[in-house]
Amino acid sequence: MSLKIDQDHSRFRSIVRGRIRQNLRKYISQGELVGRHGKDVVSIPIPQIDIPHFSFGDRQRGGAGQGTGDPGDPVGGDPDGEEEGEGRQAGSGAGEHVLEVDVTLDELASILGEELELPDIQDRGKSKIINAKDRYTSIRRVGPESLRNFRRTYREALKRQISTGTYSAENPIVVPIPSDKRYRSWKTEAEPVANAVIIYMMDVSGSMGDEQKEIVRIESFWIDAWLSKQYKGIESRYIIHDAVAREVDRDTFFHTRESGGTMISSAYKLCAQLIDDRYTPEEWNIYPFHFSDGDNWSMDDTLLCVELLKTKLLPRVNMFAYGQVESPYGSGQFVKDLREHFARDGRVVTSEIRDKDAIVGSIKEFLGKGN
Amino acid sequence: MSEFALKTALPAYLREEQNKIEKLAAEAGLDFFPTVFEILTYDQMNEIAAYGGFPNRYPHWRFGMEYERLAKSYEYGLSKIYEMVINNNPSYAYLLEGNSLVDQKLVMAHVYAHVDFFKNNFCFRQTDLDTGGRTVDPVRRAAGYDPNRRWIDKMANHGSRIRRVVARQGINKVEEFIDHCLSLENLLDLHAAFTARWTKRAPEDDEPKATEIPRLRSKDYMESFINPVEYLEEQRKKIEAERDKQTKFPEHPERDVLQFLAENAPLDRWERDVLEVIREEAYYFAPQWQTKIMNEGWATYWHSKLMTERILDASEIIDYADHAAGVLATSGGRLNPYKLGVELYRHIEERWDRGQFGKEWEECDDLDAKKNWNLGLGLGKKKIFEVRALYNDVTFIDEFLTADFVREHRLFAFGWSNRNERFEIESREFKAVKEKLLFQLTNGGNPSIYVEDANFDNRGELLLRHEHHGLDLRQDYAKEVMRSVLRVWKRPVNVTTVVEGKPVMLRHDGKEQTTRHLRG
Repeated sequence: MSLKIDQDHSRFRSIVRGRIRQNLRKYISQGELVGRHGKDVVSIPIPQIDIPHFSFGDRQRGGAGQGTGDPGDPVGGDPDGEEEGEGRQAGSGAGEHVLEVDVTLDELASILGEELELPDIQDRGKSKIINAKDRYTSIRRVGPESLRNFRRTYREALKRQISTGTYSAENPIVVPIPSDKRYRSWKTEAEPVANAVIIYMMDVSGSMGDEQKEIVRIESFWIDAWLSKQYKGIESRYIIHDAVAREVDRDTFFHTRESGGTMISSAYKLCAQLIDDRYTPEEWNIYPFHFSDGDNWSMDDTLLCVELLKTKLLPRVNMFAYGQVESPYGSGQFVKDLREHFARDGRVVTSEIRDKDAIVGSIKEFLGKGN
Repeated sequence: MSEFALKTALPAYLREEQNKIEKLAAEAGLDFFPTVFEILTYDQMNEIAAYGGFPNRYPHWRFGMEYERLAKSYEYGLSKIYEMVINNNPSYAYLLEGNSLVDQKLVMAHVYAHVDFFKNNFCFRQTDLDTGGRTVDPVRRAAGYDPNRRWIDKMANHGSRIRRVVARQGINKVEEFIDHCLSLENLLDLHAAFTARWTKRAPEDDEPKATEIPRLRSKDYMESFINPVEYLEEQRKKIEAERDKQTKFPEHPERDVLQFLAENAPLDRWERDVLEVIREEAYYFAPQWQTKIMNEGWATYWHSKLMTERILDASEIIDYADHAAGVLATSGGRLNPYKLGVELYRHIEERWDRGQFGKEWEECDDLDAKKNWNLGLGLGKKKIFEVRALYNDVTFIDEFLTADFVREHRLFAFGWSNRNERFEIESREFKAVKEKLLFQLTNGGNPSIYVEDANFDNRGELLLRHEHHGLDLRQDYAKEVMRSVLRVWKRPVNVTTVVEGKPVMLRHDGKEQTTRHLRG
């Protein structure tokens, strides 16, 4: 049933959404959302929108209460809390309510997209792969018992019994015979699939501190959210490296700290290997993201990286993103080298992330091209 | 309303109960408007509750927010609304579908007492539409008092009025303005209805009187020496300047800020429309929070009396007691208006039955004599009926809260302890408790704000004054509200107040907000 309030309610919801939008930067940089998400819903605490009035501060006001206790004892519970009873707002203790709003990841991603004006990712012709999919849409007379449709079968039996006069209302037992049986049947449909894999690579050498990793963590959450919205099936792979690279799970990815040197090429090699083994470019949209503080071991290794990118990675990926996190130790040379070599190559996107506040801008740089 | 009412009419068995209870309530002496009960599903109930009891209001997100809160807490089983009744003539009350019969009966008894209160308490006289809410004698009423309180219609009209404005101006613009007006909705003059100030002041002599300049006494021939023309001219200017200074606007500090703004701010027509709607509705709701304790106490007093003495049969008493205990429970040291109210009425009834009032009683020092004091006057019932008509929460507490009562019901005063970072019980002394309680209730717990000068500094700026009674304004909110006043007044806004013991002038000039310390 539709209610008059629905209009006001949806208005409120959209204002709340607007609130999220306005504060999105804050939420992103504080990483508030990350770590709080369930399967596909993110719970965001929204301060209930308050209409300010000339009023007194709650704390200095105090009040009168009822119950046991001596002077100096704490007042139990929330003395300004709302009273039960009529549906009128109690009006006191304003400003401290928190409303948890559930936003689906999808919705969140679209808010992100709107806020950052991210273009939808263009179809690069990779969705030609056809996936066969079965849909149960019709009924037939033969089939496995596990697919028997009870209602239809019952109806057929009932029809038959009534038409043959064997049905009696006093003793309404309906017994189906084999020709009454009906089974669910499927049609195989071909549907194009667009699958994507995100390969996260991170430098975990000694110069990457916790703060740097936090930045990577938050940024990768948002990249995940956005790309998940764009592609149906999305996979994430995680590679960490110092002087050598290895593939790890998500948790390890964010929590490992090594102390070795940095050979970025090792990660790129592993990445190329992974693509070779598992993700044929014809079937997959591939998004490698590499985060580092930009302090590579040697110029030789950097040149090797450039070579790897040119020959192995770039021909196969949709885009290659490099995010350089500023750290107190790193020289940050690598981003300059990349820019020098790939100045005119739109597939390589670089971004420097100075601090948490820069995450938003960096996401925009990475995803703003719609590759 | 009619179409709405049709779908929600009571089923026959409840209708029967209603007739029975109505009769009992009338026999007990309650005097109410005709009362229409409707039965609602929980989401209809939540909707109406979100609208403050009305089926139709103007469009605003705040109602949606309230609905979400109510719906959520119902779904999670945190609370549900049993009853709702609106001050309207005839009164409408809503029952929740699916409640037990005992609950429905209790609610009906409760509702009739509320409606009696609406009809008889003087505060609610300002919601009479036929007098325009203006100067009414709070005590005397015409025989067969049957005021026009068709607020359901009025609220619905407000709704269509604002929808019309929205259609022309766009929802965002109007909603933003409504938000600003709502920020000001507590700046009311609660006594406005009962003061003569509502009548337009007789225009004073339009022409300023010719200025009389004092002269020194002199003989004629000395006149031009003792009172030279230049000197007289100088004096005249001085006096006139002085007088200009005195002709302030408003002449007297104006408590009804909303009214003042509606009359004097440079508003577009639609803006004035919106502001007037907000103001009228604010005045409609004001009596309800002015008499929360009394009103709920009265309804509780009567439902308990009627239920236990007349309505219930033995099989229902446990259910009733269980529910009634829930309504009257105090938890976490909170003051429950239902409980406080009903106990005070009973306290009054007992005192007047036994004659525990007046000079002799006050002056009696003999505790034993006081304890057994019983003149057998039996004036209790009469007294509480009188009290429910002539008092509001502030005067109710002020006059009838006694030290005995505070002790017996374990009332306390609490405050914030900076040292322990928590609210703590401060005192159980009668005086302290009463003081806190009265402070909580005075002006609905709102600060007193006056329009002091509409041409402040001779620059058309608005000067508001916060009358400081010991508590500072909440600064962040004050700043927000000043933005709203600025939006309405369209010129810089100043507020004088006191912050941490020092007089301060807050100012918002449209670009920035400043705080200036005044010389004390």
